[in-house]
Amino acid sequence: MKVGVIGVQGDVEEHILATKNALRNLQIEGEVVAIRKTGIVPDCDALIIPGGESTTISKLIFANSIAEEILEFARGNGKIMGTCAGLIVLAKQGDEQVAKTKTKLLGLLDVKVKRNAFGRQRESFQTKLDMKYVGEIDAIFIRAPIIESVGKNVEVLAKFEDKIVAVKQNNILGLAFHPELSSTKVHEFFLKF
Amino acid sequence: MKFDLEKLRFGTELVKRGFAKMQKGGVIMDVTNAEQAVIAEEAGAVAVMALHKVPADIRASGGVARMADPKKIQEIMDAVTIPVMAKCRIGHIAEARALEALGVDMIDESEVLTPADTFFHIYKKNFTVPFVCGARSLGEAVRRIWEGAAMIRTKGEAGTGNVVEAVKHMRLIDQAIYMLRVIPEESVYGVALKYASRYAELSKQVKEEMNVVLENEVVYENLTLNEIVEGIHEILLEIREIGRLPVVNFAAGGIATPADAALMMKLGADGVFVGSGIFKSSNPAKFARAIVEAVEHYDQPEIVAEVSKELGEAMRGLEVSKLSEGELLQTRGA
Repeated sequence: MKVGVIGVQGDVEEHILATKNALRNLQIEGEVVAIRKTGIVPDCDALIIPGGESTTISKLIFANSIAEEILEFARGNGKIMGTCAGLIVLAKQGDEQVAKTKTKLLGLLDVKVKRNAFGRQRESFQTKLDMKYVGEIDAIFIRAPIIESVGKNVEVLAKFEDKIVAVKQNNILGLAFHPELSSTKVHEFFLKF
Repeated sequence: MKFDLEKLRFGTELVKRGFAKMQKGGVIMDVTNAEQAVIAEEAGAVAVMALHKVPADIRASGGVARMADPKKIQEIMDAVTIPVMAKCRIGHIAEARALEALGVDMIDESEVLTPADTFFHIYKKNFTVPFVCGARSLGEAVRRIWEGAAMIRTKGEAGTGNVVEAVKHMRLIDQAIYMLRVIPEESVYGVALKYASRYAELSKQVKEEMNVVLENEVVYENLTLNEIVEGIHEILLEIREIGRLPVVNFAAGGIATPADAALMMKLGADGVFVGSGIFKSSNPAKFARAIVEAVEHYDQPEIVAEVSKELGEAMRGLEVSKLSEGELLQTRGA
């Protein structure tokens, strides 16, 4: 199994490490690579778009056509996970911050996201969260977005208070928090489904 | 220690270091007003550093350099959606608390401003907001991490447009990490003793003045030197194990061109701060975008070459070896 982590900006190494550990725990043979140029996405069996700044990640993947490769990968029903900024980039619809910064979205996940929904960094937090199919996890929210609304094919996997923070639509997983910073549970779920 | 994870927990080490990790592979740009902040965001900066003056102008104007006007910082925070950082003076707890209250996303306890405390840096573990601090050596980096810094950056020599000192600091830290890995484990404690001795200087000076003999007294933040040595020792063992700093390590201080930024990434930096380089160049928007691209593609020379074409004039720059001791910023705060 070959897993590609979109590596243009963000916590790429953390996702690579979490994925490697998850593969080992599941006893799956595999390799994990960072993707910073075109030509690698088509060879992957799963893709991860990490946390970082969505404005930066979007600009860089659309500038060098990695974005087109991800769209093609999704058309072939490939599995993709996006965390935090990755969730924003996967979304169909953004908020006024996305509009103001003219951030291009991939539009693969039928949700509307709101950026920096909890506030600034001092409002960032960690908490226990119950996630469907995964169980209890430590969720780290860093200047995190939330999912304001979902389309009919989207399954809600976790809520924090009344806010949607994890969803799945066919082979695409979107999380508002950072599973890569606390454990391998979410990565194991992602690699298995 | 047992944590109650049921409750929301703000400002934990995971949350603070996590914030810094999200900046990796990115460029953080110095800006002095909302208009520049928007240019930086449009160019793909992962964050901006809100300043009253860029380091080159601070250097030129002399006098005491302090925290920027909070109104200016607020205007910058209102203008962009990316994180906004701001600088406080070394050891200036009140400036840091003011910046935290304002809601800046990260504080740079910076040698670019005039230091407020010659003995100590801020004990950053007491804050909810994450800090970044400069370092010239592994000792400085480890002390700042022990105090609670979530990110380290090289000091370089800010406001010179000359990358030589940033390279020096990155190489010194790398070589020290290598040494730490090859020396016998029992020797690491000696390194911890050496690195921690800086915290005893205030106490040592007073003891000498008073001619008293005292051992294991409190030296800093209700801690004895032995307790500090233990903390530093633990961090050193972690660095020995993982082969890098346990926090994100950026390059800063004199980075003026896309090739400078690519060089620092090649030397192992997790990302780059660009201070005076962008808005002292003749075409800031183009320059900013080129540096972002060079950081992403640092290992693809043809792209670094492409983005470096026709950028216009880079900032003029200074020869660091011609600066007098008093003109150096990097020697502030060790």
